[in-house]
Amino acid sequence: MKLKGAQIFFECLKKEGVEVIFGFPGGAVIDLYHEVPKSDIKHILVRHEQGAAHMADGYARATGRVGVCLVTSGPGATNTVTGIATAYMDSIPMVIFTGQVPTALIGNDAFQEVDIVGITRPCTKHNYLVKDVNDVARVIKEAFYLARTGRPGPVLVDLPKDVLQAQTEFRYPRKVELPGYRPTLEAHVGQIKRAFQLIRKARNPVIYAGGGVISSGAHEELIRLAELIQAPVTATLMGLGCFPATQKDADGKEDLNPLWLGMLGMHGTFRANMAVSHSDVLLAVGARFDDRVTGKVSGFAPKAKIIHIDVDPTSISKNVEVDIPIVGDCKDALQKLIDMAQAEPVEGLEELRFPWVDQIRKWRETYPLAYKQEGDVIKPQFVVEKIYEMCKGDAIITTEVGQNQMWTAQYFHFDHPRTLLTSGGLGTMGYGLPAAIGAQMAYPDRLVIDIAGDGSIQMNIQEVITAVCNNLPVKVAILNNKYLGMVRQWQELFYEKVYCATCLEASPDFVKLAEAYGAVGLRATKPEEVESVLREAFSIKRPVIMDFVVAEEEGVYPMVPAGKNISEMLLV
Amino acid sequence: MENDNNEKQKHTIGVLVENQPGVLSRVAGLFSGRGFNIECLTVAETNEPGLSRMTLVTTGDQHILEQIVKQLNKLINVIKVIDFRETEFVDREMALIKVRAEAQTRAEALRIADIFRAKIVDVSPHFYTIEVTGNDTKIAAIMELYEQLGIVEVARTGKAALARSKKH
Repeated sequence: MKLKGAQIFFECLKKEGVEVIFGFPGGAVIDLYHEVPKSDIKHILVRHEQGAAHMADGYARATGRVGVCLVTSGPGATNTVTGIATAYMDSIPMVIFTGQVPTALIGNDAFQEVDIVGITRPCTKHNYLVKDVNDVARVIKEAFYLARTGRPGPVLVDLPKDVLQAQTEFRYPRKVELPGYRPTLEAHVGQIKRAFQLIRKARNPVIYAGGGVISSGAHEELIRLAELIQAPVTATLMGLGCFPATQKDADGKEDLNPLWLGMLGMHGTFRANMAVSHSDVLLAVGARFDDRVTGKVSGFAPKAKIIHIDVDPTSISKNVEVDIPIVGDCKDALQKLIDMAQAEPVEGLEELRFPWVDQIRKWRETYPLAYKQEGDVIKPQFVVEKIYEMCKGDAIITTEVGQNQMWTAQYFHFDHPRTLLTSGGLGTMGYGLPAAIGAQMAYPDRLVIDIAGDGSIQMNIQEVITAVCNNLPVKVAILNNKYLGMVRQWQELFYEKVYCATCLEASPDFVKLAEAYGAVGLRATKPEEVESVLREAFSIKRPVIMDFVVAEEEGVYPMVPAGKNISEMLLV
Repeated sequence: MENDNNEKQKHTIGVLVENQPGVLSRVAGLFSGRGFNIECLTVAETNEPGLSRMTLVTTGDQHILEQIVKQLNKLINVIKVIDFRETEFVDREMALIKVRAEAQTRAEALRIADIFRAKIVDVSPHFYTIEVTGNDTKIAAIMELYEQLGIVEVARTGKAALARSKKH
């Protein structure tokens, strides 16, 4: 039987196991929307296409599955670009379907026509313009395959209106044939052996883990290896959750995991940055030596032999020259290292490692992350700590970008992968709320909290109504300091305190705004109100916006000024 | 490599790509987006259906060349990257050179063409158009000689390159 392109589209999505599409209709995709009611796939109507892209992204990060969004041609498509670039920078599997004007009109500057394939070429893993209905099934199959395999990423498929209307026999290809795409998944054993010999002899090893550990599902292997070789672990922003920050002792008392260093880099902990700077072997796993991590490249881990495991060869020796490159899936490489570590245990390992572990403990005690909650004004860090305490760490946290993001990374202890969803690479303000909605869609019964700033939250505030309409009880905690705080902090430290364009005195009343959207609005202005506001918010099964009026000029510390070595931190 | 790692050098890379719309733009976009240089680029179909071969010349230090090769390999439509740092290769380029050819210089123009085994492909009352094939050095040499007679315009194809002996 012949099917229309639009029908084939939904057959393909069914084959791919898609449960939900985040989207917004328009002229070029009405044919697809016409099929939505006949399909089992749920459609979430957003209020801005950027929201759709971030929701698909949040859904993907929370579940590990491919997130899907669907938008129309022209402005619908361009509105997703920030969301696509966000996913691309953080290697998030997503497929974006855009409508396109009929093939006969392409290139004519038709109404709502834009060359979205050209626009998104540099920010997608791959993209397609489908010009023949006979290619629809193959392209969709390839798009999902590319999005989730190798180094994951967003793939865009542009579908002209006449292709969706044309008919053909539907056959879903069994296999993809992409002769130019063969990601190396198995790590080279010889390289692993060389790496292991280095690790064996190391006195001050550090494992530096990134988002790749999470996307390859290698967190258990990472924990196992770290314990076997007694190496402390630091993580990038993207890697938080891949190694448990806390552990319980025999009496059930919770404390920081002694092997956990916290996040490293510009706003990393003192002990993480010092440990990396003094390490003799640095094992980088699924991380990409981002400039926010390395600071001045020549001063990054200056004494260390560097081993780098990554599925993407372009990440290796891109920013920092490495001694032992290992191309492959993190899970496979770590398992091979574990096998070797078990076969050849180091005698007297604890004794050998004692001075290093002790040094790290000293660093931790000298400069722990700290702030003072005193007086009548709420400190933003206090709110993050309270959120952690009140949910006992059992929540999916999303953030916006800026100070709110860094305080979350510092003061919320992440023990499990896929519990922190944040725009690491692109640093997209406005990411947190739609990402939270995407995550809540995947896990309706979990507590999902967007830790936001008063600036960022306004960049996609329109999506509150999406949460309300779909009964998605996301919680938004705004750390409201009336500033674009991170930029203000830079102006204070490096730009002679000229606070140009960073003061947000005129913001909406977030409580009334929440109510206007049909959500619940709560406010805390004093430290003693923080707990009760959180308790109330967590008990309500509806979207809640919490306005925490916090200290206006609090900064994020430690801070490594741009271009400095990461051991040169401003501590207060 | 014997060369200093930071030394900039000219480098030829062969790229086998799927013959699809947009592929050239992906390759060109990769270079411009990452701040790499393209000095010249040729593309044409090969004997295998659906496959085209690009030959491109770029400059950069070892580190940049390494990145270029890796980034090219990462493109989905790229089937194979032939890094000519690792292999012996032959390369040729064709140039069309239009030179002034007045009564007193015609003989000289012909003589130069002869020496370089070039051909006169068009003759008009005041000009010759000469077709010459060779590597960089040969083309540079013939151009230098014709310069003295007066070159009016030049069109060059950019180089095509293949590895010696075995198939790459």
